[in-house]
Formats: sequence, structure tokens, C-alpha cells
Amino acid sequence: MDIQLKRGLLDVCVLAAIRNNDSYGYQIIKDMKPYLELSESTLYTILKRLEAAKMLTVKMVEYQGRLRKYYSITEQGIKRIEEFREDWTEIESIYRFITREDGTNE
Amino acid sequence: MNKQEFLDQLRNKLNGLPKEDIEERISFYREMIEDHIDDGATEEEAVSSIGSVDEVVKTIMAEIPLSKLVKNKAKTRQKKSMPVWAIVLLVLGFPVWFPILLSLIIVVFSFYITLWSIIIAFYAVDLALAFSAIACVIAAVGGFVTGRLAFGLFAIGSCLVLAGLSILMFFGIWYLVKGVVFITGKMLLGIKSLFIGKES
Repeated sequence: MDIQLKRGLLDVCVLAAIRNNDSYGYQIIKDMKPYLELSESTLYTILKRLEAAKMLTVKMVEYQGRLRKYYSITEQGIKRIEEFREDWTEIESIYRFITREDGTNE
Repeated sequence: MNKQEFLDQLRNKLNGLPKEDIEERISFYREMIEDHIDDGATEEEAVSSIGSVDEVVKTIMAEIPLSKLVKNKAKTRQKKSMPVWAIVLLVLGFPVWFPILLSLIIVVFSFYITLWSIIIAFYAVDLALAFSAIACVIAAVGGFVTGRLAFGLFAIGSCLVLAGLSILMFFGIWYLVKGVVFITGKMLLGIKSLFIGKES
């Protein structure tokens, strides 16, 4: 898939994975596994990017004697998901344009 | 490979990145492996599910912007500080290495200018051909009007030849320009890869 397109999609996917309740790295990858394979390194970059964009916050939580990073979505993160929904209808109409039978675009 | 070996190797291979960056990544991978084990995997399985150290390093390197690598390199260079003799040599050698460096840059630059000058010259010739073709049309009209049929035909023939040449040449130059731009891109990429190669 096109790298730019995939990057945008992955950001929204990770946000969706923490939308309903806070989650941690391993759980996010596990939740997404049925839909798409995400490597740990890629997830790290996405989480960093989303944190910098203030779409999620990070907090340390103790779990069985060690620290675990939990990610929670912010207002901006929820807004990003909403934006994606709106973008999607536009993408769908573009898709119809691209795949229509008669190629009369010249 | 167990968890500690994996993380140690990763830390070694990431040397060159900012320290806080390395520690943050290491703790991220540690958490991943530990969560995997808590989920029922053996330590071996958990580590191998992350992938090989080299694979991880490759992904990380690809994702980090070049500017960050450069900045960090500049910083670590400052910390190391050059030996005194190197600084003395650099200062004393200034009259020698500076003109050499300068002339090298000038040579590369003039080569580039020459290349584009040739292209501009070709375009000028092409334009001259096109104008000559137009002039021939006018001459032909003049010839027919004044009743000199042979001259008129000759002028039309010349016009066609000139026009054909100019169109052919236009496309020829176009490919030449494309080639030059392609070579320039390759050269830039070569310089960049030289830099990244030194980095790791």
C-alpha cells in the first residue's frame, strides 16, 4: 500500500484502539492483529507522533512490580477519528471516480 | 536469545542516537517482551516475535529523520573534541587544504555550468532553425507573388527541412535535459547514502 496513505490509516487505527479504554503497547498490537499486522517499531513511532500531536497522553502504571506505559486518548484524538470518518466519504467518491468503467478522463 | 541479551544488543547497535531516545526505546521493547511473557509465551518466543535486532535497528534508522542523526553526530563530535595535533595541523595546513577544497568545489560547479551552457546553446540553435523556417515561408510567399515559381518551391522545401530539423532537435535536447537531471539526482543520492553509511 502507498506509504503516505498507510501512515495516515495507522495513526487512526491506533487512536481507535485506545478510544474506549486506555491501553498499553502489547494490547494495542494484539487488538489490531486480526485487521493488520503492526510491528513494535512501527507502533513506537506512531505513538510518539500521536503524543507530539497531543492526540494521546501517556502515564506510567505499576503492574506486577514493573512499570507499564498506558496511553489514553485526548479530545483532539477523538476529533481526529471523526475527521477520518468525514474524509472517508470523500475517499469513497474518489475511489468510484478512479474505478469507473469508461476512462474518459483525457 | 533471552530478553537481556536482546536489549543489550539493541542498545549497542543504536549507539549514535541521543541517549534519552535509546533508553526510551529499550524500555518500550522491554515492556513489550514482558507483556508477551505474561500472556503465556516463553522468553525465547517473546524475543523472537519482536524480530531480529538488525531488523529492529533497520526500521528505527529508516524512521528517524536525517536531520536528527546529523544533529546528534555534531553533538557527539563536539564532546569527543579533536586531539591538539589535529587542530594545529588543520590551522597550519589551511593555506594548503583551503585552496584545494575551493578549487575542487569550483571545478564541480564549472562542470555543471558548462553542462547547462551546452544545453542552452543547443536550444539557441534550435530556435535559430525555427526562425529560419519561418523566414523561408515568407521568402516562398514572396517568390510566388513575384512569379518566380522555382525559387518559391525551393524556399518551401528549405522551410520543411528546417522545421523538421528544429522539431527533431527539440526532442533530442529534451532527452538530454532529462538525462542531466537524472544524473544530478543520482549524485545527490550518492552523497546522502555516503553520509548514512558513515552514521551506523
